[in-house]
Amino acid sequence: MELALKNVTKSFDGFTALNGISLDIRPGELIALLGPSGSGKTTLLRLIAGLDFLSSGQILFGDEDASAKSVQERNVGFVFQHYALFRHMTVLENIGFGLKIRPARTRPPKSEIRRRALELLELVQLSGLENRYPSQLSGGQRQRVALARALCIEPRVLLLDEPFGALDAQVRRELRRWLREIHDATGHTSIFVTHDQEEALELADRVVVMSQGRIEQVGTADEVYDTPNSPFVYSFIGDSNSLPVRVDNGQIWLQDRTIGLTDPTAPNGPATLFFRPHDIELVEGCGGCLAGTVVTSRRVAGTKHVELEIGGAQHRIEVELPIEHPAATKSRLAFRPKRWKVFSAQEQPVYHTSPAPVPAQSVLLQRAAV
Amino acid sequence: MSDTASTLPELATYHTGYRSPVTERPHTRTILIGLTVLLLCLFLVLPLLSVFVEAFQQGVGKFLETFSIPDARSAIWLTLLVAAIAVPFNLVFGIAAAWAIAKHRFPGRAFLISLIDLPFSVSPVVAGLVYILLLGTNAPIGGFLYENFNIRIIFAVPGIVLATIFVTFPFIARELIPLMQDQGTGDEEAAISLGATGWQTFWYVTLPNVKWALLYGVLLCNARAMGEFGAVAVLSGKLRGETVTMPLQVELFYNEYASVAAFSLASLLAGLALVTLIIKSWLEWRFGDQLATGTRPH
Ligand SMILES: Nc1ncnc2c1ncn2[C@@H]1O[C@H](COP(=O)(O)OP(=O)(O)O)[C@@H](O)[C@H]1O
Ligand SMILES: [Mg+2]
Repeated sequence: MELALKNVTKSFDGFTALNGISLDIRPGELIALLGPSGSGKTTLLRLIAGLDFLSSGQILFGDEDASAKSVQERNVGFVFQHYALFRHMTVLENIGFGLKIRPARTRPPKSEIRRRALELLELVQLSGLENRYPSQLSGGQRQRVALARALCIEPRVLLLDEPFGALDAQVRRELRRWLREIHDATGHTSIFVTHDQEEALELADRVVVMSQGRIEQVGTADEVYDTPNSPFVYSFIGDSNSLPVRVDNGQIWLQDRTIGLTDPTAPNGPATLFFRPHDIELVEGCGGCLAGTVVTSRRVAGTKHVELEIGGAQHRIEVELPIEHPAATKSRLAFRPKRWKVFSAQEQPVYHTSPAPVPAQSVLLQRAAV
Repeated sequence: MSDTASTLPELATYHTGYRSPVTERPHTRTILIGLTVLLLCLFLVLPLLSVFVEAFQQGVGKFLETFSIPDARSAIWLTLLVAAIAVPFNLVFGIAAAWAIAKHRFPGRAFLISLIDLPFSVSPVVAGLVYILLLGTNAPIGGFLYENFNIRIIFAVPGIVLATIFVTFPFIARELIPLMQDQGTGDEEAAISLGATGWQTFWYVTLPNVKWALLYGVLLCNARAMGEFGAVAVLSGKLRGETVTMPLQVELFYNEYASVAAFSLASLLAGLALVTLIIKSWLEWRFGDQLATGTRPH
C-alpha cells in the first residue's frame, strides 16, 4: 500500500518532536528511518500506527486519510523495540493473537489460526518452539516471534522500531539479511527505524535521514552516502573530514592559502569544506593543495588511516592511504580531495566530483543488488 | 596472609572472603538475629500460641461447643457476608483505580494516589464517626433513606459493609499500581495494534499480567475485611446476633468472662491469619517476580 506523509508535525507540551515531515512511500518499499537518538523516529512510527495523534498535517493510507481511523482499523503491523510479547502466552498464542481477537464474523476457525501461526513460525525459522513462553527465548528469537505476530494480521504496512537494537552484532547481521528476505517474500510496505547507518544503508530501498524532528535527506544508500546534502548528513553517515574555509570569488581558501579547489557558484564568505577520508589523491609538491604533518598512522584492515595536522596544528583530519604508503610520523603529506563539498553559512550546497575516475566505494555500499 | 589472620582475628573473615562487605561481623550478626527472633517470639508467636492454648484449655469438646452458640454462629456468618461483599467490591474498584492511575496520564493523578492511601492514614474510628455523621438517621442522607425507604445504614449491616470497604480499599489498588506502572503500556499498545478492542486488551493482556499480584491483594484485603475491629465497632451498634462480627463477638464474650468461647472464636481468626500468611509466603516464593516487588526480566 502507498503511504503519504504530508507536513506531519507533532509537539509534546510545547516541545516539537516532529516538524513538517513530508514523505511518499511506494507500495512494497522498504524504508529506513535513520537518525540519532531523540530525532523523532519512534514518534513518527507511532503516529503512522495511530498510537499517538498528529498535532498537524496528514497521513494518507492510499487515498484514505488515516486520522479518521482508529489504531485497530489501520491494520498496521508494529514490531516494538522491546518486543512487547505477551508473557503469559506461548509463542503460538502470541502469533495467533491478532486473529483470535477478531470479531466472530471475520475470525478464522481455531484450526485455521493454528495453521497460519505455525506457517509463520516456519517463516521466521522457529519451528518446534511453539509451546515455549517468551521468557524461555533468546533476544533474537523473541524478535522473530514479534515479527511473526505482526505479520499474522496481514498488515497493510509493517513498522519496525529498532528491530535489532537490543541484539549483539553477530545476531544483528544475520537477522538483517533475513529481514530483507522476508520483506522480498511478503512484499509488505515496510518502515524500519534504526540509528545504525550500516543497517540502514545495507537493508533499505531508500534511507530517510532524520535529525531534530526534520528530514535531512531522502535517497538510496548511494545517494545519501555519495551526495549528502547537509553538513549533518555528511558527518552522520560514513566518515568525513571538515575544515573551516573561506570562499572568495569562487576560490577556496584555507587560512591564507588557496587549496586548488574552486566553486564558482559558492557565495563569498566563510564556509565549511567536507570530504571523505578515502576520496583524496596524493599530489607531489604543493601548488594549490592541502598539506599537513602526519600525527599518527594506523592500519585498519586493508588500508592505512593517517591522521594529519593541517594549518599549523589547528585542524586534524584523517585520510585513507594504500597500505604500502610509508607516511612516517612528522613527514609532510600533500593531497587534494577528489570529491568534496563546501557548505556556506547561507546557501544550499553544490556537489563536486573531480574529473578523475572515482575509485571503489566503501564496503558499506556493496549492498548493490540485494 | 596466615600471619595476618592469626594476629588480627577479626579481619580473618575478610581474607577468607565468605562475608560480603555489607554484612556485619559474625557476633554482631548473631546478636542482631537473636534479638529479632526473641522479639518476634515475645510479641507475635507467644500471643498467638496463647490464643490456641486458652481455646483448648478445657478440651476439644468445650472448644467445639462455642460454635453452637447462636451468637457465635451469626457472628461468623455476618463476617463471611461482609467479606463476601467488601472483597469483590474492592476487587472491581481496586482494579479500576489501579488501571486508571497506572496506565493513563491525567490531571489530579498524584492526588488520586494519595487519596487511595487515605484509609491507611486515617484512624478507623474516625472513619466510623464520619459515616455516622453522614449517614446516621439524624443526618440528611441517612435520614432521607430511613424515612422514605426504611433503610438503616448506621447500626446495621450496610454500615458494617461500608466501614469494611473503607478500611480495606487500598489493599488491592496498592498492590496493583506499582506493578502496572512498571509494566508500562507496551503490551497494551501491542494488543491494540493487533486489532484488540479496549476490553479485549484488558481481559487478555492487562489482567493476566497482574493476576498473581491481584490474588495477593485479594488475600490481604480479605484478611483485613474479616479482622477489622475499629471502624466496624463504631458503626455496628452491637446488636447481638444481628450486627456483631467475629472480632466484636470475641470482645463481647471476653467481657462476659466467657473466656473459652472468646478464645475459641479468636482462634478461628488467628487460623485465618496463619492460612493467609502461608498462601502469601507461597505466592511470594513462587511468583515474587510478578508481584509489586519486581517484574520478571523480559
Ligand atoms: N510522550 C512523550 N512526551 C514528551 N516528549 C516525548 C514523548 N515521546 C517522545 N518525546 C520526545 O520527542 C523526541 C523524539 O523522541 P523519539 O521519537 O523517541 O526519538 P528516537 O526514536 O529518534 O530516538 C525526544 O526528544 C523525546 O524526548
Ligand atoms: Mg526510538
